[in-house]
Amino acid sequence: MSGKNRLNIFPTRMALTNMKSKLKGAITGHSLLKKKSDALTIRFRKILANIVENKQMMGATMREASFSLAAAKYAAGEFSNSVIENVTNPTIVVKMQTENVAGVHLPTFEKVSESAVSNSQELTGLSKGGQQIGKSRESHVKALEALIVLASLQTAFITLDEVIKITNRRVNAIEFVVKPRLENTINYIITELDESEREEFYRLKKVQGKKKKDLKAKEAAKSELLLQQNTPTVATPTSKPAHKVKSMIEDEQEEELIYE
Amino acid sequence: MGFFSTRKHGNDGYLEGLLRGFRKGILTAADYANLRQCDNLEDMKLHLSQTDYGDFLAGEPSPLHTTTIAEKATQKLVNEFMHIRNQAVEPLATFMDYICYGYMIDNVVLLITGTLHERDVSELVDKCHPLGMFKSMATLSVVHNVADLYNMVLIDTPLAPYVQECLSEDDLDEMNIEIIRNTLYKAYLEDFYHYVNELGGQTSLIMNDILKFEADRRSINITINSFGSTELTKDDREKLYPAIGLLYPEGTAKLSKAEDVDTVRSILEVYSSYKSFFSEGGVSAETSLEDSFFKHEVQLNRMAFEDQFGYGVFYAYVKLREQEIRNIVWIAECISQNMKQKIDQFIPIF
Repeated sequence: MSGKNRLNIFPTRMALTNMKSKLKGAITGHSLLKKKSDALTIRFRKILANIVENKQMMGATMREASFSLAAAKYAAGEFSNSVIENVTNPTIVVKMQTENVAGVHLPTFEKVSESAVSNSQELTGLSKGGQQIGKSRESHVKALEALIVLASLQTAFITLDEVIKITNRRVNAIEFVVKPRLENTINYIITELDESEREEFYRLKKVQGKKKKDLKAKEAAKSELLLQQNTPTVATPTSKPAHKVKSMIEDEQEEELIYE
Repeated sequence: MGFFSTRKHGNDGYLEGLLRGFRKGILTAADYANLRQCDNLEDMKLHLSQTDYGDFLAGEPSPLHTTTIAEKATQKLVNEFMHIRNQAVEPLATFMDYICYGYMIDNVVLLITGTLHERDVSELVDKCHPLGMFKSMATLSVVHNVADLYNMVLIDTPLAPYVQECLSEDDLDEMNIEIIRNTLYKAYLEDFYHYVNELGGQTSLIMNDILKFEADRRSINITINSFGSTELTKDDREKLYPAIGLLYPEGTAKLSKAEDVDTVRSILEVYSSYKSFFSEGGVSAETSLEDSFFKHEVQLNRMAFEDQFGYGVFYAYVKLREQEIRNIVWIAECISQNMKQKIDQFIPIF
């Protein structure tokens, strides 16, 4: 897995620093998105609870409204035609506004106009059933209000649902794809760097060994030469130690130089 | 009286017999009890098919709607009415035409509204009440403004004098449509009242009661329903009160100054027949007021059948059948909307 799931990058110290800063960025992003998702989810739950409550209320309000219409028709006869023909201006207007929740624009609907009865409708059922028609009008307005509230809740619900899905997808993507990949890459770079360090070390060791060997051979050859030259001389034992001390220091200095 | 009644029988006896036959078809308490037990509209259809309504809903695709039931039931009433109307001779024929004028007013008002808002008037014809159809309706397609509507269509209808008396051309354009409707209706009621008194005899006896009550009911309703309204001033309100009825002129004069329901109540205190309407209601006075009106109307119309040699029965029958249709629709609504606890709020007829 580690072989595949990493960025295709040349393992250098530079790349390592890059990757590390990327990982840091990813972690910050992840925590931010997680917070956003949590905030949205809290809102989402609240809306859900509201929707359930409203829908239950809605049923009752609607039933009441349509029943009041039946009662009005009982009292006033068939009046819907004259109402329909008398329509001039909308008595209720809905305005859309946006609310910002954690960077998400939620549309909310609001009833703007006063639900005042228009002049042409005011006297409907004047001769009979006016009271019932008025009541029916009121209960329908109430139902309409509930409907508007429900509409904004429902729209917010759908929008939030979408956004939460996207955010969660991002959170998961960072957590399970981006982050592991970066971590893998970092690990890979570190191992590669270590590896090359070890190789370097080994190579140096090898060079050093070779040099030692060469030196030994050289020295052996030298001492042999010396042996051949100094056999006739008598004073060798005195002069030899002094010479040897000198050469040892020289040798050691040379060795240290090589190491460096 | 003897001669009068024989003549009556000669001309209208057959039709009155026919009508009393129809009256037998009005749903009884037992029928209502059956209808109340229904769980859905199909059940209602089944029960209604065992009554005089027969197969009036046959061929209607399910699911049934309450509007369909109302439509078909009205159609049945119209058919019966037309059946009698077609065989009637004067003066019954005119009397029956008078019954139609009320519906005609509603139709004309609907047409005026349509014209004012530049709707396609020919479409509106379908929505008109079938009892209020008149011949010149076919020419409506040429009408484009209210003046045309009056000059080309209304002038040929029996409503022309009402329109002419009460409204100018400008009024038709500007006045609130409900005020027009009620002005016309007031003129109609007064005219009808004079006509039945011309006919005299039992007809005027029965019809006087009914029409007076109708007039008073309108006055009271207009008063109550226009509280707080900006469109209808008190002076205008007084103009809408019919100049007949028990309340006229003293009661209506008081009503025109009334400001709230309590005042109306105290005004009606002195009229023994209307006193009870308010006292029953208590807190929810308005709802039960309508019901009391309906109840009283049914009572009056029922009385019409206790009498002979008059035309009151023809009027009463139409009104009773209308109430019956309302009842059926109410029961149907209660059943279809699952509000059975309110199913008893209709007014049984016999």
